[in-house]
Amino acid sequence: MNIWDNNVLTAESISKSFDGTVIIKDIDIYLKENEIVSLVGQSGAGKTTLFNVLSGLYMPDSGFVKLNGQDITGKPGKVSYMLQKDLLLPYMTIADNTALPLIIKGEKKKTAREKAVSLFSKFGLEGCEKKYPSQLSGGMRQRAALLRTYLASDGIALLDEPFSALDTLTKTSMHKWYLSVMEQIQLSTIFITHDIDEAILLSDRIYIMSGKPGTITGEIVIETPKPRPVNFNLTEEFLNYKRRLVEML
Amino acid sequence: MTRKYQSIIDKIAPVAALVFFVLLWAAVCGFGNVPSYMLPSPAEVIKAFISDFPVMMSHSAVTLFEAAAGLLTGILLAFLTATLMDRFGFLYKAVYPLLVISQTIPTIAIAPILVLWMGFGMAPKIALVVLTTFFPITVSLLDGYRSVDPDAVSLLRSMGAGRVRIFRYIKLPSSLSHFFAGLKVSASYSVVGAVIAEWLGGFEGLGVYMTRVRKAYSFDKMFAVIILIIIISLLLMCLVSLIRKAAMPWERKGVKNK
Repeated sequence: MNIWDNNVLTAESISKSFDGTVIIKDIDIYLKENEIVSLVGQSGAGKTTLFNVLSGLYMPDSGFVKLNGQDITGKPGKVSYMLQKDLLLPYMTIADNTALPLIIKGEKKKTAREKAVSLFSKFGLEGCEKKYPSQLSGGMRQRAALLRTYLASDGIALLDEPFSALDTLTKTSMHKWYLSVMEQIQLSTIFITHDIDEAILLSDRIYIMSGKPGTITGEIVIETPKPRPVNFNLTEEFLNYKRRLVEML
Repeated sequence: MTRKYQSIIDKIAPVAALVFFVLLWAAVCGFGNVPSYMLPSPAEVIKAFISDFPVMMSHSAVTLFEAAAGLLTGILLAFLTATLMDRFGFLYKAVYPLLVISQTIPTIAIAPILVLWMGFGMAPKIALVVLTTFFPITVSLLDGYRSVDPDAVSLLRSMGAGRVRIFRYIKLPSSLSHFFAGLKVSASYSVVGAVIAEWLGGFEGLGVYMTRVRKAYSFDKMFAVIILIIIISLLLMCLVSLIRKAAMPWERKGVKNK
């Protein structure tokens, strides 16, 4: 590995099978600091399996995962992972939910909660501290889940379809919110999505995953600098990316 | 039919049924076909209830103590058993059938043996209450532990949590509603269990008093004790509901929108 290489996360030749069926095969993937990378592909291509390997929940059959050059293959707790559902625990207040990863890392309950709450305004969660998840709208729950993911991370997060459960209008406003938050915090992210527009809108780079077993079949760099124009998704440039992406799928 | 109207009917119906039942009872006694020493009228029972109230109270203190001691021990044992069974799969497979079998043993049959073993003091009563309350709580806790969302466990694991923290933050709180459902059943069992154990011998307690008035053919007093046991059981169940509400504030505040 080169010295000038600024990959925070590298995974090489990852393969994983279950009950003799190979789900993903020889996957190479990397993530640079503060980069937003998306992973698109049909359902069943093994995207979630790949995330489970990257997060350390699954041990791959072959290959390794490195975080800042350190081997973390099969070691959970290093890379933050937001699962498909928001999974806010219904029996904890939003403050406690978001502080949970800090408590698990060994911080005192009080300081953990203070740290979490200090970020509430940045994440647009003011006034939700003492509420329970069932009292929040879908968009707000997603914000809380993102804050929890951010607090669980040492700078790297994996998001599995973070916006898929939201309706179109909420989704659009969440995209804007997400980009503005990402400018304020340091978080290198890989996210899974089925939504091509979302991928182009938010990402610096897109991986395309397909086949059975799933492999990385393509990669596109979205060169448009951030912050991107308001109507980026209506520009010629955007449509060109979309055309390329659809052809590759 | 409007919803408000429906809710009024829902509230009145059980009260009306109860009133109807008591009136029927009074009518049967009023016609004079049934001798009052066999079936006392509601009025006689209420009279006996009032006149015997102080005596019954001192007896119920003993019964309640036995029920509470047995129930608390039952809860502790259930927690221990369920948690160990959940943690070790082989234990679950080995012990679960035994638990079910233990529940088919009739309480009435085991009570005299307990008295033989432990004497006429409180010990056999408490032991019987433990036996009857332990099972519902264990089973409901086990169900609770097993119904935990595996994704929630994955989430905690991805945060680097081990078994203990997963138990503390996921399994235990998610099982609370199951636990309280089991506790509600067990709370009512606990009083009945203590009373049954007292039937077979002892010096104090509602069961002892019950045997005494039965032998004296004071059926009005007998019915008064039965009513008191019902009231105590209902109060205990209410208490469980109150504790549940206090322990699970998110259920109260929860405005259900997806």
